[in-house]
Amino acid sequence: MRRVRAEILNTRKLGAYHSLTLVAPEIAERARPGQFVSVAMPADRRFVLRRHFSIHQASRRGGWAGTLEFVFDPRGPGTDWLAESKAHQFLDVIGPLGKAFAYPRRLGNCLLVSEEHGSAPIYFLAQELRARGKRVDLIVGASSEDHVFNPIEAKRLSQQIAIVTADGSLGERGRVEDVLVGMLDATGAEVVYAAGSRRMLRAVAELCIERRLPAQVAVEEQMACGLGICQTCVIPVIRKDGSGYDNLRVCADGPVFNPARIFWDRWMGDEPRTLSTPPEGFPVVSAWPR
Amino acid sequence: MAAVRHSLAVDLEGVRFPLPVLAASGCFPAGREHAGLIDVHRLGGVVTRSLTYGPSKGAPTPRVAETPSGIVTSVGAQNAGVREFLVEELPRLAKTGVPVVASIAGSTMEEYLRVASALQSEPGIVALEVYLSARDREHDDLPFYARRDVMADVVGSVSRLSSYPVFAKLPAFVPDVVEAARACVRAGAHGLTLIDAVPAMAIDTRTLRPRLGSALGGLSGPAIKPIAVGAVFRVARALPDVPIMGVGGISTAEDAVEFLLAGAWAVQVGTAALVDPSAPAAIAQGVLGYLKERGFASPADLRHRLRLDPEALA
Ligand SMILES: Cc1cc2nc3c(=O)[nH]c(=O)nc-3n(C[C@H](O)[C@H](O)[C@H](O)COP(=O)(O)OP(=O)(O)OC[C@H]3O[C@@H](n4cnc5c(N)ncnc54)[C@H](O)[C@@H]3O)c2cc1C
Ligand SMILES: Cc1cc2nc3c(=O)[nH]c(=O)nc-3n(C[C@H](O)[C@H](O)[C@H](O)COP(=O)(O)O)c2cc1C
Ligand code: FES
Repeated sequence: MRRVRAEILNTRKLGAYHSLTLVAPEIAERARPGQFVSVAMPADRRFVLRRHFSIHQASRRGGWAGTLEFVFDPRGPGTDWLAESKAHQFLDVIGPLGKAFAYPRRLGNCLLVSEEHGSAPIYFLAQELRARGKRVDLIVGASSEDHVFNPIEAKRLSQQIAIVTADGSLGERGRVEDVLVGMLDATGAEVVYAAGSRRMLRAVAELCIERRLPAQVAVEEQMACGLGICQTCVIPVIRKDGSGYDNLRVCADGPVFNPARIFWDRWMGDEPRTLSTPPEGFPVVSAWPR
Repeated sequence: MAAVRHSLAVDLEGVRFPLPVLAASGCFPAGREHAGLIDVHRLGGVVTRSLTYGPSKGAPTPRVAETPSGIVTSVGAQNAGVREFLVEELPRLAKTGVPVVASIAGSTMEEYLRVASALQSEPGIVALEVYLSARDREHDDLPFYARRDVMADVVGSVSRLSSYPVFAKLPAFVPDVVEAARACVRAGAHGLTLIDAVPAMAIDTRTLRPRLGSALGGLSGPAIKPIAVGAVFRVARALPDVPIMGVGGISTAEDAVEFLLAGAWAVQVGTAALVDPSAPAAIAQGVLGYLKERGFASPADLRHRLRLDPEALA
């Protein structure tokens, strides 16, 4: 991880989202999909903590080499402040943070599922998977049309795509879960990746366990440091041998986890809090598929 | 005029730190991955996260809520246990030569003693800090600090067992912080760390739920600085010969100087170090700048510089 004073090269608006492109070669060179950056807020009584954003794009080559892009929709004081920022301003940024998505070596068909700003890391992943010769299909969900992040880019990146909005303003009306089974069958998915709400991630987890499909999900949890210091950001993760669970740091041990190992009942505060061990023979990603 | 020789080193009655600013408990980046963010040689010392005997899972999530000028947190002393610390963390810290203050916690008096004895004669450790906000399983889950006799018993027993000097860490909201401090010192504490996070709560008015998984947590950050300065000042006046480490809301060199003027012998930085791990080092440099500018010789010199009108406290 590096800490840099990064100049904002460009700002753009995409539907409800704002995108900031920064000049940060030290971070961009190392950044992989699933990793995130932490951005310092101004000195002001409203802010103590930094804010965290998935890396949407990191360019190592070409005219944009050394740049880094992240995307957000304004929904609180921190994102509101960032939405006001202008090109040539500087941000105090630390990154890349966290563990990235792993790429399958042998398996070829990848179904990528994202909701709202979860599309930011997922499109980055889609691009990297395609560069490795994988087939990429996408499910993109959001509350409404303007919250479907960059649908044109989504279509460009995917062989087959399903767009779902809660109000039906773009694509099908409903939730991502409604089209999950259909897309799995239609695309012959061998690996599933997802980022979005806990509810959706859990649905993906349950389906992947049932079908014994390897999967990886990127989660979010409230963070104080984002650097692996404070242990505020933990989620309960079942041990490989099923003997119990450990509270692992989303910022340093994640944000990418095997959803079959997340102790969902406990994390989502559901009763009864049973420890559901993954079914026998399930690739608990002690070995990620080769 | 002879030039004043400025030194940042501090001596807390035998516990020596090369710089007056330490990383507070629970807020020091111990991992290899942080090497690029922090230079331990620019730290006065490191207080470890509070260690229990066995591994502890900690509090339910969410564990942090940001509030005006502060954060409310509840980590619940999640740690891998003292033996894991001795194998995985301490050797690496000790190798850097940074003075280590080991913070100990427990849910029974016996656990405090077992943690303290596991830490004896380990290279690198210069002192123990006793975290007293842990809950006492044998006394209705009240925090240890809540009963002065229980607290003094824990501090006294650890002090008798330990070959290291012992600092008792107190919150500001014990019934009387001065009497609590006095009880700890009488029981055998070498010094005091003031203050722990302030008991607090934040509520989400939209969901009608507490913002923390454990409902209650501790407030830290700039919001608590005046509370901490006040506690340090009161205890330092009552116990002028007892070393005090001041902590609570320090994020700039001026904040640190405030604590030193109030009577602290050294300071610790918590929340500000979480947001910027290089903050303690920068604060130490800033203290040096202040000493030079004002012509003071050392951090200890500041302890006697507060201009207090005799009637102020009448
Ligand atoms: C690993 C990670 C990656 C993220 N990537 C993105 C992204 O690419 N785009 C995007 O729009 N948002 C992303 N988020 C969520 C984003 O960090 C928060 O929405 C943002 O911090 C809100 O700040 P605020 O002051 O505007 O809102 P407020 O809701 O007022 O924030 C108050 C506090 O809550 C924390 N917080 C609020 N929402 C979240 C959340 N979902 N997860 C963790 N902490 C939260 C904030 O950091 C802050 O400390 C990510 C979060 C994490 C943990
Ligand atoms: C995330 C976090 C974890 C903490 N963990 C501990 C701990 O394990 N033991 C302890 O004695 N204090 C702990 N503290 C309290 C700090 O050491 C310090 O006393 C308090 O935060 C006030 O200082 P600050 O305002 O500089 O943060 C913790 C504080 C925070 C924010
Ligand atoms: S946010 Fe501090 S350890 Fe993850």
